[in-house]
Amino acid sequence: MGDYILLAISAILVNNILLIQYLGNCPFLGTSKKMDTAVGMAMAVVFVLTMAGIVTWILETVFLKPLGLEYIRTIVFILVIAALVQFVELFLKKSIPALYAGLGIFLPLITTNCAVMGVCLINIKEEYNFLEMLVSSLAYPAGFGLALILFAGIRERIIIGRVPTAMQDTAIGLVTAGFMSLSFLGFKGMI
Amino acid sequence: MLEALLLMMGLGAVSGTLLGIASKVFYVWEDPRIAEVANCLAGANCGGCGYTGCDACAAAIVEGKAPITACIVGGAASAEKVAPIMGMEVGAAEPLISENTCTGGFRAPEKYHYMGVKDCRAAALLYAGAKECAVGCLGFGSCVKACLFGALKMGPEGIPVVDAEKCVGCGACERACPKGIMQVRTPSERILHFNLVTDRLAPCRQTCPAEINIPKYIQHIKNKEYDKAYLTIMERNPLPLSTGRVCPHPCESACRRALGDEPVSINQLKRFCSDWVFNEGAQVKIPVAPDTGYKVAIVGGGPSGLSAAYFLRRLGHQVKIFEWMPKLGGMIYYGIPEYRLPKKILDQDIKRILDLGVEVKTGVKFGVDFDLESLVGGGFDAVLFSIGAWNHASARIPDEDKVKGVIPATIYLRRQGLGEPNPIGKRVGVIGGGNVAMDALRTSVRLGAEKVYCLYRREVKDMPANKVEIEACHHEGIEFIPLCTPTKFITDDEGNLTGIEYLKNELGEPDASGRRKPVPVKGSETVLPLDNFILAIGQTTDSAFAEQEGTAASRLETFKGSIVVNPDTHQTAIPYVFSSGDSAGPPGLLVAAIGAGRRAARGIHKYLMGEEMAFPETRLRVDSRRMKGHIPGTIFDRIEGIEKKGRIGQPELEPGSYERQHTFAEVDLTVTEEEALKEANRCMRCCLTCYNKDDFVQQQ
Repeated sequence: MGDYILLAISAILVNNILLIQYLGNCPFLGTSKKMDTAVGMAMAVVFVLTMAGIVTWILETVFLKPLGLEYIRTIVFILVIAALVQFVELFLKKSIPALYAGLGIFLPLITTNCAVMGVCLINIKEEYNFLEMLVSSLAYPAGFGLALILFAGIRERIIIGRVPTAMQDTAIGLVTAGFMSLSFLGFKGMI
Repeated sequence: MLEALLLMMGLGAVSGTLLGIASKVFYVWEDPRIAEVANCLAGANCGGCGYTGCDACAAAIVEGKAPITACIVGGAASAEKVAPIMGMEVGAAEPLISENTCTGGFRAPEKYHYMGVKDCRAAALLYAGAKECAVGCLGFGSCVKACLFGALKMGPEGIPVVDAEKCVGCGACERACPKGIMQVRTPSERILHFNLVTDRLAPCRQTCPAEINIPKYIQHIKNKEYDKAYLTIMERNPLPLSTGRVCPHPCESACRRALGDEPVSINQLKRFCSDWVFNEGAQVKIPVAPDTGYKVAIVGGGPSGLSAAYFLRRLGHQVKIFEWMPKLGGMIYYGIPEYRLPKKILDQDIKRILDLGVEVKTGVKFGVDFDLESLVGGGFDAVLFSIGAWNHASARIPDEDKVKGVIPATIYLRRQGLGEPNPIGKRVGVIGGGNVAMDALRTSVRLGAEKVYCLYRREVKDMPANKVEIEACHHEGIEFIPLCTPTKFITDDEGNLTGIEYLKNELGEPDASGRRKPVPVKGSETVLPLDNFILAIGQTTDSAFAEQEGTAASRLETFKGSIVVNPDTHQTAIPYVFSSGDSAGPPGLLVAAIGAGRRAARGIHKYLMGEEMAFPETRLRVDSRRMKGHIPGTIFDRIEGIEKKGRIGQPELEPGSYERQHTFAEVDLTVTEEEALKEANRCMRCCLTCYNKDDFVQQQ
């Protein structure tokens, strides 16, 4: 049990996918201007990543590894995740319109986004068993959401601050992200 | 290698099949236009439109939630491509334009000195900003910074100025403003907006029954932009030439300058800029919304009907006016005499309205030539009754409808308006103290009566007529007999009028209107020899058609002749029938009829479009007659920083001259440009609480 908690803390804080591994930056900068969109995006990433983690892990253990086809892992994952997200979008639209209204618009934006892809590959690289993979696939996007929501809060404040013209918007955003990254480095060595 | 190929092909086939099946199983119908519209947009998924991605924006456009100009990056090019898909004419899309609604800026007094971050949103966090005015501009230009198109800059007065040429209507400034001062609206949305207590309104603008933006048009006159001044008036009042001549200007009674000086002569300025536009033949472009496909019939082409027709047409509806008289204009054509409002001038106002594409059919009377059933059968979706009040009220003198020489004022003035022979004796009496009575008196002078009397039951100061009209009557030698009650007609053997007998009144207790009630004194009978006696004591609506059993119109409710309506929406008991102007209540001012026409247009538009018809809770309701209901704190007891300059006079035809006494030449004349500019510069450009002091220019 302790291992799983450690794994979760490691995924959320110590190895935060956004601020330490620097994966998934496009939505990090793109959807962090408003708190509403940031929350929607965070939830969509949790949703997609959990599903993608499970599916890719099964693919890896059932097909790729026994057949010795690890070298086409990346292309297979891209194909499967893309198809999966499309499928989920169609499914939600018809069956759970309320959830679609909340997440749906973000789903196409994260089709094989690098954070999603990255976590799937980490799961394989670390040779997690099914349960560990599940914890990792939930905890990494939770860390993504944490960083994104914190960042959105800061950016909402920056908008009303006095920023030199050359530094406005994305430029100051990247600098801020850098500082946040530095502060997250403080978690290194915790585990 | 083979395994890899087979696996990829297998995965591809499985994914493809699954998605194919899913798209059938989970199919949700979507408007096919959404995909078409999405193809016309920029495709950058930039979110500049305020929606998450181009698809969401396209969906909003198709649902009508976003205008076809929503795509900022695509701009006009994409709007032109979207328009035909949405069934609109190319280029007919209504432009969204930003407008600054605050005129405060540097002049607005401050509660404290703010030294924080130079940003309106930051400043607003501290006690809602430093300005004393709760809804005033904070002046740090957050809107200017938010504008990506350089269409906004900070003006010399400390308030943002919009460059309409560059504005694309993206709404960034509106979102950036913590005070709701920047408002991005289409022309239609501005027509449908009525004064709210949360708006930034000068006292004059609160008082005007037509809600004209008075400080704005006077500001244009100051800048010699007379055509823009005219267009500003046309946003609220489609008959500015006529109003500029006959309006009793309740706005001037609320003018803040009157506290330290005389009020600004607002109505003369309206007349000046409107006359300028017509005399110079200036090109003015009045925007009309794309066609909605709805048809509205307007029964009665008087001021209220014309106003409703104008605003409905501008909102994109097809409008047809049915008028029973040969000419449009109603009471202001047939009731107001030529010397106050020349027919030629009124026709210019009317032509501008008809030029927008309003159809007209004259010489047809409702209930005789057509009825509600035939209008509905003719494809009209809504009907507006603006049939005025053409029946006269009784003076309750025995035999008033039998004695030869007793004429109701409506018939007397209508004959004059129609150009029919209107014989009148040498001695004429008119009973009544309203503007109609004044018109009858002054017309009689011009028709050759030697002695003209005005009989009224109260004192002259109690007369509801305009002060200038009463004064003009004095100039033209009319004699006033106040405090009298006519009791009987004196006739010769053939039934012709030779005089009247009246009782003198004395004033008793104040009545409901706050005026002292006149009480006839017994034994004070006096005889006044007269050849003609004109009844001008009020008018009622001819709503006899509502009494005919078995017709659709019989479902209309009436009260004392007028049609009962909801005063906000002007809807009657029949949902698709509306009524405005004199036929929907007691007869009122021209400017009130124009305001009612716009309210009725709003009611009809909201009804046709299936939108909420009631006004918001925050609707501002000012009683311009009793000067009540203004926004609290906007009516002052005294003002500072104002010199007494005096207002310009009214140029008029020389009293006693041949033209003045014997012809129907226009009496009041238009002021010169020099005088108009002098008068406009007396306007303090007030807002809710702040205003320009006389040394304002030097302060900058």
